[in-house]
Amino acid sequence: MPRRFAPVIGFLVALGVPLLPGVPPFWITLLDYIGLYAIVAIGLVVLTGIGGMTSFGQAMFVGFGAYTTAILTTRYGLSPWLALPVAIIVTAVAALIIGAVTLNLSGHYLPVGTIAWNISFYYVAGNLDFFRRYDGISGILPLSMFGVSFLDSARLYYLILVVVALAMIATENLLDSRIGRAIRALNAGAVAAEAFGVDIFRVRIFVFVYAAVLAAISGFLYAHMQRAVNPSPFNIEASIEYLLMAVVGGASHVPGALLGAGIVTLIKNELQDVLPKLFGLEGNSEIIVFGVILVLMLQVAPEGLWPLVSAPFRRALAKQRFSGTAKLVAQKSEMLSRREPPPRGDKLLEAIGLRKRFGGLVAVNDVDLDIRSGEIVALIGPNGAGKTTLFNIITGVDRPSAGHVRFNAHDITSMPARLVARLGLARSFQHARLIPGMSVIDNVAIGSHLRADAGPFRALLRLDRQEEGRLKREALAELERVGLAGEAERPALSLALGRQRIVEIARALSSDPVLLLLDEPAAGLRHQEKAALAALLRKLSEEGVAILLVEHDIDFVMGLCERVIVMNFGSKLAEGTPAAIARDPAVIEAYLGLGA
Amino acid sequence: MLELRDLAVAYGGVLAVRGVSLRVEAGSIATVIGANGAGKSTLLNAIMGILPSRGHIVFSASSLEGLPVEARVAAGLGLVPEKRELFSSMSVEDNLRLGAFLRRKEGRGAIAASLDEVFGLFPRLRERRRQLAGTLSGGERQMLAMGRALMGRPKLLMLDEPSLGLAPLIVRDIFEIIASMKRAHVAILLVEQNARAALQIADLGYVMENGTIVLEGSCEALRSDPRVVETYLGIAHA
Amino acid sequence: MDPSIFLILVQDGLTSGAIYALLALSLVLVFTVTRVIFIPQGEFVAFGALTMATLEAGEFPRTAIMLLGLGIAAAIAGYLAERRVITKRRLAWLIAETLLLPAVIFVLALWLAPRKPGLLPEMLLALAIVTPMGPYIHRIAFRPLAEASTLVLLIAAVGVHLTLTGFGLVFFGAEGSRTTSFASGSLALGPVMVTGQSLFVLGASIALAFMLYLVFELSLIGKALKGTAVNRLGARLVGIEPSLCGRIAFGVAAFIGALSGLLIGPITTVYYDSGFLIGLKGFVAAIVAGLVSYPAAAAAALAIGIMESLASFSASAFKEVIVFTAIIPVLLWRSLVHTRLGEE
Repeated sequence: MPRRFAPVIGFLVALGVPLLPGVPPFWITLLDYIGLYAIVAIGLVVLTGIGGMTSFGQAMFVGFGAYTTAILTTRYGLSPWLALPVAIIVTAVAALIIGAVTLNLSGHYLPVGTIAWNISFYYVAGNLDFFRRYDGISGILPLSMFGVSFLDSARLYYLILVVVALAMIATENLLDSRIGRAIRALNAGAVAAEAFGVDIFRVRIFVFVYAAVLAAISGFLYAHMQRAVNPSPFNIEASIEYLLMAVVGGASHVPGALLGAGIVTLIKNELQDVLPKLFGLEGNSEIIVFGVILVLMLQVAPEGLWPLVSAPFRRALAKQRFSGTAKLVAQKSEMLSRREPPPRGDKLLEAIGLRKRFGGLVAVNDVDLDIRSGEIVALIGPNGAGKTTLFNIITGVDRPSAGHVRFNAHDITSMPARLVARLGLARSFQHARLIPGMSVIDNVAIGSHLRADAGPFRALLRLDRQEEGRLKREALAELERVGLAGEAERPALSLALGRQRIVEIARALSSDPVLLLLDEPAAGLRHQEKAALAALLRKLSEEGVAILLVEHDIDFVMGLCERVIVMNFGSKLAEGTPAAIARDPAVIEAYLGLGA
Repeated sequence: MLELRDLAVAYGGVLAVRGVSLRVEAGSIATVIGANGAGKSTLLNAIMGILPSRGHIVFSASSLEGLPVEARVAAGLGLVPEKRELFSSMSVEDNLRLGAFLRRKEGRGAIAASLDEVFGLFPRLRERRRQLAGTLSGGERQMLAMGRALMGRPKLLMLDEPSLGLAPLIVRDIFEIIASMKRAHVAILLVEQNARAALQIADLGYVMENGTIVLEGSCEALRSDPRVVETYLGIAHA
Repeated sequence: MDPSIFLILVQDGLTSGAIYALLALSLVLVFTVTRVIFIPQGEFVAFGALTMATLEAGEFPRTAIMLLGLGIAAAIAGYLAERRVITKRRLAWLIAETLLLPAVIFVLALWLAPRKPGLLPEMLLALAIVTPMGPYIHRIAFRPLAEASTLVLLIAAVGVHLTLTGFGLVFFGAEGSRTTSFASGSLALGPVMVTGQSLFVLGASIALAFMLYLVFELSLIGKALKGTAVNRLGARLVGIEPSLCGRIAFGVAAFIGALSGLLIGPITTVYYDSGFLIGLKGFVAAIVAGLVSYPAAAAAALAIGIMESLASFSASAFKEVIVFTAIIPVLLWRSLVHTRLGEE
């Protein structure tokens, strides 16, 4: 597989560029800038392209890095290599605070929040003496290491190249890990991830800080390259430009950041050179053409240029991923530990007087419910009877207006979903909520998020492979159990809806639950598939897992469950064995109809 | 009315539908049954122009090739999609009125008459005409989606899984209404995984598996075909 | 600060707030219908004001040349988009909209400009020159991106913004202009003198907002726009063309932008790049309102205007800092309310 070495070859070629005869020094300087921009754009790939948080504030974090080292080295004579960790810490703390305030903002509030911070930063730096106002700070020393000074751009080029390579490797490592799966769930899978114990808010903060730190490192290098800083390169326009680079390159691909930074920088530079010669236009005219090229590029490649460039290698990349999983799974390591289910027949879940009001509508009205370990219970009733709302209350997605829920010897009333998950409760969703852009096996692996503990630092340094192997092996085992092992590497959303629901069951199983809540698991399955599903659920029940399911398929329910609860207009209408329910006149009138 | 010849649709990187040929005659109900993932919804979306396809789609003796969704609606096709796609923050009545968007030049009288017709078919919608579509129950949403499509006076109405997620009682109502629409001379192409109900009301049936039609014939014949009975109706109900 | 100064500042704030409100309304409209966060909104403001200034000086506005160019590009883009299925009727419409219309306006401008026809004709001409740019830009830049993500649409909007700003500099130079006030005199309201221009701005804003409300609530085309905003596929299934709705929304945005430019032209000096910051404040107001609610957007815009005016008096260097950081707690509060609703 020679293509595995493509990044290495790319790096070696890049190393050789300054050695080529006849390369003008200006080109090297341009490459230096591309590298600096790329570092920031890599952070944006994680934050915006994958994490779905659009930030107009990256230039501010570049500014934090640059100003910190500028002030510390010029004013206090600190060595730049001591200033670097300080700059990183200052930026990280600032990002942590800004993130804590801003990341609560949902949807489009976040971009505006970051605009506000960035504009404020610009004017504060421009108006305070501490930052030397709009004149800025000059006289910053160039970097040096082991007596070698990085004064000229060719030497600095090597340093920047190494930093870019490290940033890319670390980021790819991060995305291919337990935390990486959580990051990839931020954009469109937050509710599902939260249901399996991912602390979405913490992951968002982490990603925000990560992107900020990359920006700060770029700012640090920038300050020592320019040897002066002033507020203008850290204004909102620069933030927009970083975002633009990430999007042009392909916002959800790490190499796209480098590509985008390169192309945007080169085009702008060429336009500045060429346009005046072509048309004799002066001034700002290059931005006219730049804007046009930008729009055209997006029209040709709305996903960014990287997917276009890498298209010929797509099959090789998929193969590599496949063998990567195989290698992980084949590693010698012990299995994930299992939870001991409570003794059969013990009271597992108990809900008393649950009520939920939405405005004037009472969706759930004084419902009592209990489920014993190892039992299969069905919840049926007409649409709008409150079944899904009841599910959401139990799993901590919604809070009840009144009533209590106890689960596995804990009071879980109003407990957030991710803490409920810790106690051994797993669920599937009525409308399958698999995480887009992730393979089937990765989607299942997020189910066992709480059964492992590798954090971001182990992921960055690739020290999580043993654990990762265990998680993948568990995911594969659960996929085998539901009969979908053959689809493990397919994009999850390319499966039919019925099968996506089955993947959700595998995901729930990989969390090693004692209670499984399934919302319409049999919808969209054909007869044989339903039979297989029923057999699986029976086997789980024998292993001691309790199951509560909402289902419209009466035959499926009647053949499988020990107990059926019927809901109507938010209240419990009847409860009993399937046979008793089928004869109950009230149930027949409200739900089953005369033909059933 | 509608004729497909050798239709192929690629979706999500796989050929989800290939080599499909089928016909729907004027004033009849045709149904496509099959498991989820067999390509039924993909097929309807391709006929409607939501997904690009290869092959021939002939409707009312003219080709629909290359036409966008809106133009196919104007030609007399209607689709009630699996996810209903209602205007959730608008009233039931506004939803219905927008259903007649392309008939806006026909004048108030004609639209009001259609509105009355739809309310006659779905009395529940009349009760809730001022309510927002997003607050309706699952069955009512299905009724509204069908009503909205009927407001456009389609010559052929395509229904994607009208029974999905509905309680048994409501499913029965919906199917009765579908049967009555046939009497109103609207041709219907019905896609269902509830094979039992679909084969009851349709004239012509197609069984779809893995993106191709594996069986076709009159619904009467299909109801007693052993392959259909075993796979889609369940042995217990043979 | 004594009360009379305070009241004057509030009056200034309300005036600029009214402009931000208009821009916020059109940003909400464009976003809900097309998912585009319309950064170039501000350029229409600058084009409106500066075209007016050129006309007042009796010169030919070069924005009319640009209109002609955009029209030709839109004709090509429109033809390319529909070439396989275009009917004769639609082709005729396309030619009329993208070639005939700008040609007529161009000739009109050529003929009228040196004659200095007076305030009202000049205003109408300026509006006629700028408004069609909206639909043309939609055809050229955004229709081919109809399926793209919000992020990509945003970056495309940045591209359009850069191009238009560049043209602004070429056409109008770096010098700013101020137009003559069209409502002279003032009105004593208790201790404050309210200028006619302020009253005019407020009145025009309210009238326009009310008109938009009527269009959306009562007309079928308004409902079609709203339907497209709520559910794009649903709208297509009843035969509403999303690209037609997009063009209408962009047209309204360009019209509102140009009109805002005419309204503030006499109050402040407008430069070729003034639009960005003005548009940004409208944008912030729109977002504070969650990009969906028109009344909330208008209220937020007025609040931003007043805050800005007060801040510029007491700490002018930190004006923007105060305005923008004050937004953060509001955003937080909105976001908390918003998420709770989102979960239901």
